[in-house]
Amino acid sequence: MIVAKNLEAALFALREHDDARVIQGGTDLMVEINFNHLKPTTMVSLRHIPELRTITRPDSNTISIGSGVPYSQLEIEPVASVLPALAQASRTVGSPQIRAAGSLGGNLGTCSPAGDTLPVMFALDANIHLQSADSQRTVSIHQFMTGVKRNVKRQDEIITAVDFPIIDGWQGYSKVGVRNAMVISVASACLVADHESGDVRLALGSVGPTIIRCRETEQWLKDNTSLTRNSVISPDIAREFGARASRECSPIDDHRSTAQYRRHAISILAARLLQKAYA
Amino acid sequence: MSTTKVEQRERDILGVSAIRPDGAAKVTGDFSFTSDMNAENMLWGATLRSPHPYARIVSIDTSRALALPGVHCVITADDVPGKPTYGLISSDQPVFARDYVRYMGEPVAALAADHPETCRRALALIDIEYEVLKPLTNAEDAIAGSFPPIHPDGNIIRHQRIVRGDQSATGPIIVEGEYEIGMQDQAFLGLEAALAIPDSHGKGVELHVATQWLHEDLGQISACLDLPPQNVRLILGGVGGAFGAREDISLQVHCCLLALKAGRPIKMQYGREESFFGHVHRHPAKIFMRHYAQSDGRIIKIEARFVFDGGAYTSTSPAVLINGITHTQGPYKCDNATVDGWAIRTNNPPCGAMRGFGVVQACFAHESQMDKIATAAGLSAVDVRLINAMETGDTLITGQAMESIAPVARCIIETDHIPLPAPLAANAHELLLPGGSGLTASASHIVRGVGWGVSMKNLMYSEGFDDFATARCSIKEGVVYLKFATSEVGQGFVTLAPQIARSVLGLDDVVVEPIDTQIGSAGSTSASRQTWMSGGAVDGACRLVREQIFQHVGKQNNIDPLRLVIEGTDIIDQIGTFRIAVREAIDGLSISETFEHHHKPTEELDENGQGNCHTAFAFVAHRAVVDVDPELGLVKVVQIATAQDVGRVLNPLSALGQIEGGIAQGLGLAVMEEIVIQDGKVRNPSFTDYLLPTTLDAPDVVAKMIEEYEPQAPLGAKGIGEPPCISVTPAIVAAIRDAIAKDLHRIPVRPQDICL
Ligand SMILES: Cc1cc2nc3c(=O)[nH]c(=O)nc-3n(C[C@H](O)[C@H](O)[C@H](O)COP(=O)(O)OP(=O)(O)OC[C@H]3O[C@@H](n4cnc5c(N)ncnc54)[C@H](O)[C@@H]3O)c2cc1C
Repeated sequence: MIVAKNLEAALFALREHDDARVIQGGTDLMVEINFNHLKPTTMVSLRHIPELRTITRPDSNTISIGSGVPYSQLEIEPVASVLPALAQASRTVGSPQIRAAGSLGGNLGTCSPAGDTLPVMFALDANIHLQSADSQRTVSIHQFMTGVKRNVKRQDEIITAVDFPIIDGWQGYSKVGVRNAMVISVASACLVADHESGDVRLALGSVGPTIIRCRETEQWLKDNTSLTRNSVISPDIAREFGARASRECSPIDDHRSTAQYRRHAISILAARLLQKAYA
Repeated sequence: MSTTKVEQRERDILGVSAIRPDGAAKVTGDFSFTSDMNAENMLWGATLRSPHPYARIVSIDTSRALALPGVHCVITADDVPGKPTYGLISSDQPVFARDYVRYMGEPVAALAADHPETCRRALALIDIEYEVLKPLTNAEDAIAGSFPPIHPDGNIIRHQRIVRGDQSATGPIIVEGEYEIGMQDQAFLGLEAALAIPDSHGKGVELHVATQWLHEDLGQISACLDLPPQNVRLILGGVGGAFGAREDISLQVHCCLLALKAGRPIKMQYGREESFFGHVHRHPAKIFMRHYAQSDGRIIKIEARFVFDGGAYTSTSPAVLINGITHTQGPYKCDNATVDGWAIRTNNPPCGAMRGFGVVQACFAHESQMDKIATAAGLSAVDVRLINAMETGDTLITGQAMESIAPVARCIIETDHIPLPAPLAANAHELLLPGGSGLTASASHIVRGVGWGVSMKNLMYSEGFDDFATARCSIKEGVVYLKFATSEVGQGFVTLAPQIARSVLGLDDVVVEPIDTQIGSAGSTSASRQTWMSGGAVDGACRLVREQIFQHVGKQNNIDPLRLVIEGTDIIDQIGTFRIAVREAIDGLSISETFEHHHKPTEELDENGQGNCHTAFAFVAHRAVVDVDPELGLVKVVQIATAQDVGRVLNPLSALGQIEGGIAQGLGLAVMEEIVIQDGKVRNPSFTDYLLPTTLDAPDVVAKMIEEYEPQAPLGAKGIGEPPCISVTPAIVAAIRDAIAKDLHRIPVRPQDICL
């Protein structure tokens, strides 16, 4: 275990050890190790790297969240009023103990379709900063996640931060699970209503191999309404929006739920979020 | 949950909220659970389990594992010196599978090594060739006889009928239903663990273990080890919950065998996943019930058929079956009944004891039926239950007379008097709505329902079993010492026993001696029985000691001992003025008395299910208020009101703890807790996917204790452990039905059952 005190040290260690894994909160990685699914010989701990734990405003339209900021800080101010959907998604993650340790970087590193912050990144078109010892790149979340627990990050790269646009509008996250807290999502949705452009963006979690951006449903809404800040959504529009969203997802049956229920839940979540956005 | 303030207590006698002696240590993390124990020179043990629900073992080759540095020994069925099988009722479960594995997770081999990691690697080096067979997973196939026997004892574990009264009786109201109960796990937090220390000469072993019944374990272990029982000593380790899952043998024999073979102490402990395979679960069941009733709602006759899936081995299935079918009527009068009950062997995980023991399943069915009768008769949920409420003196469908105090109507009425919670506010916080932290709804999406459940539960063991309890009370230098083998699994007997001694003897310094097999059996910490049985034994032993103190004081002071009584911490002459502090009176006295408490004898059932098979009964009513999101199928249980027949409250805080805990467990079964099995394979052996209620799922509990002194109980107190978890489940389901006006006949109720 290499405990890096700054980003350079961590990147250097990753370059030196091509089998090294980074560990942030360990809430995913340690489970994998304890169940013997992973046997890393070198681990690089990012916990003591201050740069990864900062929240900055690179420009007036962007908030940049360090990959190591724990959920417990994302649930509260100053993040909560700027990125309410991220705060809501963060609040649904695990228990207080998990939220004190778990991070955005880890959620991205794991890249599970049930990862709660990922639909928020998809709906907000977030950008992911990746850095290695000798390169630096920024990848859109849409390019970043490529499949179930798969992404474009290279072994020698560290996710340093996630940039979210600050929008003038409404955003919300809803997650269905079989109990009222501390549950893996059975279906989730993040909706963003951008009042400046009139666009509505919808991203779904746990109902496909990746997070699903409902581009057709979004387009349908744009074609059939002209939304402004003060619009009211009729129940019919909301229902149709939900029904269309549920057609864009491709859920499966598993021990947590059925494909049929997941599809149904998406139609309800999407409809409710849309109505809430314009309530 | 309710907030409870512990009041200032003068003396921790019966009736006050004495606090647990181990409470602070448990809260701060200082308490030593069995898994925290270590011994010098200790090795670790681990178990290899079958990945298949049903397969023939073609060959086992342990040589690669043995060759791994750090591995001390590997054992299989060939290394069991004594009886190759164990079991609580029928000894049909192999210590290690020999020819066949009959469920996923069945132990095939065990090994000892210097480190848990070495164990894990070595397990992977044991080569087993299996011929995989098609598993028997549907109990009906076994009943139909269409599946070849999967065990030499056959596929039917037990079949029992109850036939009573007029078989042709019928009535203007006929309601029926097919009910299904999923497999619940006891989900105790302290996982299975044991530490076995062999005697230096290898002829005996000392086992520290988390168990519910030391003496029953002792008998089964010594038979398998082929050691005389006196060479096997069991000491209770710190137990983190049990709920029935520690009644059966799990790692006990394996751990002792490894210790004897390696000649070194062995520690074994299961992780959560292994625990799901290492203990029995609550029986999944299918129950058909048909009730015939008068037009006013009075029950005339019940027809029922029960099928309990016992899984691969017998465990306590025969007793669970009898409990289920003999509680067909619930806490209601019924003269005529035809019940057919089956406990079946399948290649599903073995099932056995869990809090409520067969009655949970029956209660879900009969309470669902009561609501159907109410609808047909135009009665409220309360009235249909009141009009049928059982009373002391009634005859049960087994022909047994209800001799227990039976305040059924009072439980219902007192529950009904508990105020309903305030209606859901339009601006209610989303976290408190169905969906909780998922923020899936606002108040306008929510419908509220109210439902009822009432239950009867037998206390102690049944069918002729003499499950006595033993206790010793000694006084030495002014201190009381209590000795018993009663497993403390978290229920609080270590709090209660000193309370009893203080009340009986008027002495305050009470020491509970180590809980082990160096005294007679206490019976199992199950069947809501220890307060009654071990409480009776402690009370009896303390009374014998008190008798001698009175003799001594009487002789010294020339007073007839019969005139002496304890008042607080003094001995007084009831009709004179003599008074002396007990402490003073016993100066120099050293007394020790042992007492065995036996309950009244019971009988086996005859072929028509008739006989005085049960010892005693307790009753409880639950009213559930549940918020439902009908579109998403999510629920939030808002409030549970309950009035429970407890006989007498011996420790209010402890009683409330049992009630709140039981309600949480019953809620789990109602809406989320289920081991999902597919083709005999467990799909969710983890707390990620086997969901237990969290704080946001737990309701407010408003509890009322119905205190009607039970003359048959040594302390007037009935067992209170199981009733809280029984009728709360149907009450919650009824509340959901009430909210969405839809029949629900399966538990746990899943979101898709509500909204699709
Ligand atoms: C009990 C429990 C409940 C949970 N509940 C939820 C839930 O409700 N919702 C949910 O979404 N998740 C949940 N999780 C999963 C987990 O908490 C989250 O995915 C969390 O975001 C992981 O963050 P971490 O910092 O702990 O990651 P780690 O475990 O430290 O790392 C996870 C993966 O990401 C990689 N990684 C971490 N940081 C970086 C980085 N900066 N750059 C590159 N790679 C990196 C690691 O190498 C590893 O592969 C739960 C986990 C547990 C144990």
